[in-house]
Amino acid sequence: MNAPRTLFDKIWDTHVVVAETADTPAILYIDLQLVHEVTSPQAFDVLRAQGLKVRRPGRTLATLDHSIPTMPAAADGERPYATPAAKAQVAQLEANCREFGVELHSWDSAERGIVHVIGPELGVTQPGTTIVCGDSHTSTHGAFGALAFGIGTTEVGHVLATQCLLQRKPKTLAIHVDGELPAGVGAKDLILHVIGRIGVNGGTGHVIEYRGAAIEALSMEARMTVCNMSIEAGARAGLIAPDDTTFAWLQGRPRVPRGAAWDVAVANWRELKTDAGARYDREVHIDARDVKPTVTYGTHPGMAIALDAPVPAAHDAIEQRALDYMQAAAGKPMQGTPVDVVFVGSCTNGRLPDLREAAHVLRGRRVAKNVRMLVVPGSEAVRRDAEAEGLHEVFRAAGAEWRMPGCSMCIAMNGDMAQPGQLVVSTSNRNFEGRQGKGARTVLASPATAAASAVAGVIADPRVYLAEEQAA
Amino acid sequence: MKPVTRIQSRTAVLADENIDTDRIIPARFLTTTTREGLGRVCFNDWRYRSDGSDDPAFPLNAPEARGCEILVAGRNFGCGSSREHAPWALLDYGVRAVLSSEIADIFRNNALKNGLLAIVVGAAEHRWLLDHPGVELAIDVCGQTITRPGADPIHFELEPFARHCLLEGVDQLGFLLHHTDAIREFESRVEEAA
Ligand code: SF4
Repeated sequence: MNAPRTLFDKIWDTHVVVAETADTPAILYIDLQLVHEVTSPQAFDVLRAQGLKVRRPGRTLATLDHSIPTMPAAADGERPYATPAAKAQVAQLEANCREFGVELHSWDSAERGIVHVIGPELGVTQPGTTIVCGDSHTSTHGAFGALAFGIGTTEVGHVLATQCLLQRKPKTLAIHVDGELPAGVGAKDLILHVIGRIGVNGGTGHVIEYRGAAIEALSMEARMTVCNMSIEAGARAGLIAPDDTTFAWLQGRPRVPRGAAWDVAVANWRELKTDAGARYDREVHIDARDVKPTVTYGTHPGMAIALDAPVPAAHDAIEQRALDYMQAAAGKPMQGTPVDVVFVGSCTNGRLPDLREAAHVLRGRRVAKNVRMLVVPGSEAVRRDAEAEGLHEVFRAAGAEWRMPGCSMCIAMNGDMAQPGQLVVSTSNRNFEGRQGKGARTVLASPATAAASAVAGVIADPRVYLAEEQAA
Repeated sequence: MKPVTRIQSRTAVLADENIDTDRIIPARFLTTTTREGLGRVCFNDWRYRSDGSDDPAFPLNAPEARGCEILVAGRNFGCGSSREHAPWALLDYGVRAVLSSEIADIFRNNALKNGLLAIVVGAAEHRWLLDHPGVELAIDVCGQTITRPGADPIHFELEPFARHCLLEGVDQLGFLLHHTDAIREFESRVEEAA
């Protein structure tokens, strides 16, 4: 009998082209590479310089997301790019995709969107596959039981040219989340809580497998939120074993198998779980019942606490610098802190259920007077679905801006950014200094907390609004 | 890639922990389509005052830090995004080696592929390096040692393949292309099974 293996081991083993030795890393086959405008131009240049082709254009899919405007084109068709360089970068991706025969979801595509939102929507993200992208949040796709990780531009070139990557086998970390999440507490709160527990380097060198009752109970979108932020704990990737929730979500998507082939695929996918008795390099246990609405108070995602808990005192000069930057006071909770901007969107929380969650709080209420709120759907498909449900009307009626799909204020490359000193409650994944504009202060939160904070004008507990509704 | 065998320089220290890639190069500078010239914006928002002049509070602006090729950084350097622009910017800025007690995976991988030595040292040695800014170090890639004045040499781990590529200036894409037959075989095996 074969030795019991983890989910990670199973995916790894089926993709080894040449096994690793003491002297050389493994050559790992990559089933799918996702490409966007920012981390690819220099990779295509290398191919061109060496006279190489894209080995498997059919295993490569490109989109526009990072640096593109989220405001519509002017009457003359001109798009409001932040800079000429941003426009040139998009033109470069279009030219590269044309030259190398890569499918690109550009402005004219009804499927365009953030790279980690459209992969699953199209059904190209499938259980048991290996997926890479020149973007660290590629870990998102692990929600489907795919081994997915971010790579640098040199490696983007390697995969374009050879469909392979040189990799040392990472270690495994199991995070068991037992119990049930309390009402009004969601996947974003959970993952911020986890990173707060294990730290921003708690997963370094590891692939995390999230498991346990609380994980199994999550929707696919919620699982994507969890896996998305694995990189914020330093992990190479996040994984969740595929199950009936996964299969139901994928069935009927454009690029998944149909008919008898679907049944075969599902039968194979059911094998993709960690065998009883398999060993992880490390294990961590979290009780879902301990999780509350959680926000960050410092300048990295590990500085996270329940929004009503007091901000911990700094342990050293470096933590003090983070508190000073955030203008956060030790001993006081983040709840009640005045807010300038609220951003709902990104590959962490820019999917339909995230927008519903925010709209649910905003319906019949107004964004506070001094708060600017941006809602940016993760993809054209999300935008269509949200508009079909009238969510855009809810946001607009509340005084929020409803934008076109893109990364927007998550990375603030496209002109959507906060001013120095402004406090942003953001559903994205990084609260680094200056991430949302020079001097901008970012507080990471769930869509519900973001919406509640927009209404209150200060960081607010969404459960208050949800309770009001139940009472009404 | 040009071989990297030995780096000898004084050190400059950035003691902050968790220096992320957004601090090394803010995202708004990522709209470039080349890899050249990013040194000018390396640590941009930390390094310049709002009028564009050098901020004296930024440690690498100190006169004694100028020209230093070895950067000693606080724990967990390079966390955050996968942008290879971060090592490109550091190299163009004149940094050839980064030493820390922890370095984020993707950053380290990207750095080594570009000939930027990203080296993890033990906690005690890290403390010593943080406490001795400006010391002259010699990093020997082949022997995997760092010599320092008045204390024992520091041994460091380096993934053997990365070490080989640094010493020989090996192009990793060339290495992969060399295995094209194995890749083709793998593909036909998998596609037959499907
Ligand atoms: S939304 Fe943010 S994290 Fe996601 S791909 Fe875009 S920039 Fe990266």
